Amino acid sequence: MKIWRTIACVVLLLMVGVSLSANWLAPDGYAKQYREAAGAPPSRQHWLGTDEIGRDRFARVLYGTRISLLLAPAAALISTLMAAFVGGLAGYLGGAWARAAMAVTDLFLSLPWLFLLITVRALMPLNVSPLVSVLVTFLLLGLLGWTGAARVLCATASSLRNSDFVRQARASGVRGPRLFWIHVLPNLKPVLYAQFWISIPAFILSEANLGILGLGVAEPLPSWGSLLKELEGLVSVGEEPWKFVPLVLLVVVVTSFQLVLSNSDEVAA
Amino acid sequence: MSHRKTVIAMFATCKKAIPAGVFCLGLLIGSATGQGELRFCLRAEPKTFDPLKVEDDASVAIRYLTGGVLVRLNRQTQALEPELAQSWKVSKDGKQISFKLRSGISFSDGTPFSAEDVAYTVQQLMDPSLHSATGDAFRTGPGKVETKVISPTQISITFPAPVAGLDRQFDQVAIMSSHSPKKEMAVLGPFMVADYKPGATLELKRNPNYWKMDEQGHKLPYLDGIHLDIQANRDVEMLRFKRNEIDLINSLDSEYFDKLSESSANVAHDAGPSLDSEQMWFNEVQKAPIPAYKKNWFRSANFRRAISEAVNRADMAKIVFRGHAQPAIGPVSPANKFWFNAKLKPQPYSPDTALKMLQADGFRMENGTLKDKDGNAVVFSIITNSGNKYRERMATMMQEDLQKIGIHVNVVTLDFPSLIERMTQSFDYEAILLGLTNVGLDPNDQMNVWLSSSDNHQWNPSEKTPETAWETEIDKLMRAQASSADAKKRKESFDRVQEIAVDQMPFIYLVNKNALSAVAADVHGASPVILSPQTYWNAERLSVK
Amino acid sequence: MLGRKIARHGIAILATALIGGLLSATLVRLAPGFDADEAQLDPHLSSESIQALRQSRQEQHNIFHFYFQSLQRALKGDLGRSLSLGQPVSELLRQRVPLTLRLVALGFFLSWAAVLALALSTAWLRVAAYDGLATVMSGTLLCIPAAVLALLSVLWNVPGALAIGLIIFPRDYRYARNLLSKAHAQPHVLAARARGLSELRILFWHVVPVVAPQLLAVAGVSVSLAVGAAIPVEALCGFAGVGQLAWQAALARDLPLLVNITVLVTLVTLLANSGADVLGSALRGEHA
Repeated sequence: MKIWRTIACVVLLLMVGVSLSANWLAPDGYAKQYREAAGAPPSRQHWLGTDEIGRDRFARVLYGTRISLLLAPAAALISTLMAAFVGGLAGYLGGAWARAAMAVTDLFLSLPWLFLLITVRALMPLNVSPLVSVLVTFLLLGLLGWTGAARVLCATASSLRNSDFVRQARASGVRGPRLFWIHVLPNLKPVLYAQFWISIPAFILSEANLGILGLGVAEPLPSWGSLLKELEGLVSVGEEPWKFVPLVLLVVVVTSFQLVLSNSDEVAA
Repeated sequence: MSHRKTVIAMFATCKKAIPAGVFCLGLLIGSATGQGELRFCLRAEPKTFDPLKVEDDASVAIRYLTGGVLVRLNRQTQALEPELAQSWKVSKDGKQISFKLRSGISFSDGTPFSAEDVAYTVQQLMDPSLHSATGDAFRTGPGKVETKVISPTQISITFPAPVAGLDRQFDQVAIMSSHSPKKEMAVLGPFMVADYKPGATLELKRNPNYWKMDEQGHKLPYLDGIHLDIQANRDVEMLRFKRNEIDLINSLDSEYFDKLSESSANVAHDAGPSLDSEQMWFNEVQKAPIPAYKKNWFRSANFRRAISEAVNRADMAKIVFRGHAQPAIGPVSPANKFWFNAKLKPQPYSPDTALKMLQADGFRMENGTLKDKDGNAVVFSIITNSGNKYRERMATMMQEDLQKIGIHVNVVTLDFPSLIERMTQSFDYEAILLGLTNVGLDPNDQMNVWLSSSDNHQWNPSEKTPETAWETEIDKLMRAQASSADAKKRKESFDRVQEIAVDQMPFIYLVNKNALSAVAADVHGASPVILSPQTYWNAERLSVK
Repeated sequence: MLGRKIARHGIAILATALIGGLLSATLVRLAPGFDADEAQLDPHLSSESIQALRQSRQEQHNIFHFYFQSLQRALKGDLGRSLSLGQPVSELLRQRVPLTLRLVALGFFLSWAAVLALALSTAWLRVAAYDGLATVMSGTLLCIPAAVLALLSVLWNVPGALAIGLIIFPRDYRYARNLLSKAHAQPHVLAARARGLSELRILFWHVVPVVAPQLLAVAGVSVSLAVGAAIPVEALCGFAGVGQLAWQAALARDLPLLVNITVLVTLVTLLANSGADVLGSALRGEHA
């Protein structure tokens, strides 16, 4: 398993390295429109072809890696920490605390947050920079994406509350926050890692969908999510398999994260 | 006694046999029925079946297929033809229209049709509390509309003010029955609503009482019915067409046109430039919550002309619409042969000239960024509605075009209600890219766009008095053409409106899209045109084998 | 005792659902575009008609008044009228809820059949290559946009429920796999293995019972995820369900419809999660 972990780490580092080297690998940038070659298939000049308005797809994948690889894991970390705080703590405290926290969580799960996102967009200036727009988007995703895991964490923490080792720790005089941080939280790792791992692609895809509300990455800045949206043109995508490259990259990154996390999980157990 | 009973029995049998015999005779004489079911998709749920309240595209489609009108604009010849009215006459002052109606016609439920129904429909339509777009098209001045039923087949309608193109307007007025208990479901058109599953399907079946026959004396329509699926997604619609699950696509995306043409000849149709246009405009509202220096830019005709000249329309037509669009010249598409001002020249593309025009206004280039005379970098946002990939691409192409002259553009896509709110209420926007669809032939259809006092005067709505001399002139010209019955005089007025529009550029017209459609080979009689509905405008004469 | 507990849970669920309805109404009301109607862009409309359109939502401006009146009407069975579709909300929901329920239920069961089969077999076999393959497969599904999965179901003519199942499967599988893997490392499992118990027996007697409450919690959450997944699936596959209705209502800012749909979704979420909680407590031997 160690070899797989090493390979996964190398892959992730390679992705980061490649995205940081985008300026050298694709010096013309992601926005330049080669209008005479719009919608072109892969060639020596354009390794992954061009999109509908002639932008080099390879360059857009490279630059898009920066946004997605950096910000999606950051947002995933936010949602995971919030889930740990709300769900883990609720489960640990139990009783009315758990019931109230889970009622709030269920409400969060059910509300149409679309309208909050629309309101946030309305409050932002129209001329906000694409970077600020995408930062706000991923922050919102992180702040709203914790609810599912919170429930599972609550159930897990509830199970742990009365487990033997926690009782032993309590009997030894360990109480309150120390008991939670040292004995309960580490045992929530399987769920926390699952939440983190699931959130990365979910947020990358959600960012693209939020484009319909004016959030997310603004043109001409690319992201993996916006590149993956090309797959929705199913009628033509079968004849243009190069459009699957962002999907393959995302799968590789997600799998690499999982391999890295899986081994940590086994070590903790 | 037994003999009498036999005679009675024979008579009873004959009584039953007669209708059957007449039916068979009818079949022999004039029926080309049983020619299949047409299937296509509506892109949204119809909001109403009341023909007077129709506003959305899906409801318009249902009205077209089920509604009987007094006169019909032939979508192919663009000439007005008699329908329920055999003939009509418009008074010289354009305020009165008299109809001579056909006799012996019934609604789909058997209720007889007469001039009373026309009077009833017009009174309902002109009820101020209805707030109907169809009714508002007739509302050119205050006052009541008078209807006078002269006889069961004659009626005259008098409006308080002249209505330009009065007779043409009745193409949109589906006559309702004043007596039928079925209300709007009793129709005079070739089809009637048979079944409706909200969100899923709508079945239309042949109206058994439809009055029209073809030249050979066969009753119309040829089709047994029309099956409509409610399908918003164009990719799925295309997939279903390729799988022969539907027979036509009324408005085909340009990216699918070429693929369809490659796979099957004569299935994809390009009827040429439509009346639709895509355009951009700047916010010229005084009270808009945008910086004053930006308002100064946008209110400068020179600035707008420079932007127009910096935009490569040919590339948009070639790349975004795959060649199935033409660079726009002005407010009217060249496809509108009568009303298009042929003297207008194509919009030039010259970034160098655009830059010179801006420099004449005090703008200057500094390290690749254009700045105004006060040193403000020229940065503005263009908003458009999300989900329209063509507009998103056009906006992105404009972004690159304007970058060449140092202007930085932010492209923002918003959901439609948010966009409408900014456009019509908060005025919190800088530039908008939208389009006009289902545009009518007559310039009077656009009256509320050109009148400066109107809510739909998009770049600066509801002006108390026109804020510029050219808007004053346009107001005068539009009112003049609306109150004239002389086509030549109207054309002169509207030609001048077009000249002003092209000179002042309140709208920067970008492209006129081509009318693209797809019709399966099984469908006979189809002849796609540019006017809506492009493919089923002659639905009563279509058949599917 | 049990009756009191059920009544307490029921009241809590109802109260939460009603609060959800009010919060949802507030979100919709405060969001931009509330008064905007596409119809007002029709150039044929007169100024008076445009003003009338804008005024048509006047009674919904005071959200508390609107909500209170809606509740009063709801007690009489009247859920209001949809602004965008012009039909009674009760009628719209009556027509569409069964379809969505079927889709969601089938999608949920398909997903969990696959989750349990794959997660349990992974836990039982404990073969790294098998686990890796399952990880890659679930990871791939996680990376495919929901809209693409929905479109694929149209392309390949498979039931929409399968698309819903594929959307929620990778999340549920990951949680289940991690929970089972963690439980396998527990001291009592090591002891059981040392005593020579078979892997299958260990799995079903010593691992699954330990993680069952957490798995139930995951299942409870995946019900609301399935309901959320129904929106793109119904919208794209053309199913006239509540998901499609919710999307149309959101775009049209149809307040009466949105509030009722939110209350319905909240009820479903609460019932599913409360059910999971109660069962989980029972398995842990706790008294709620």
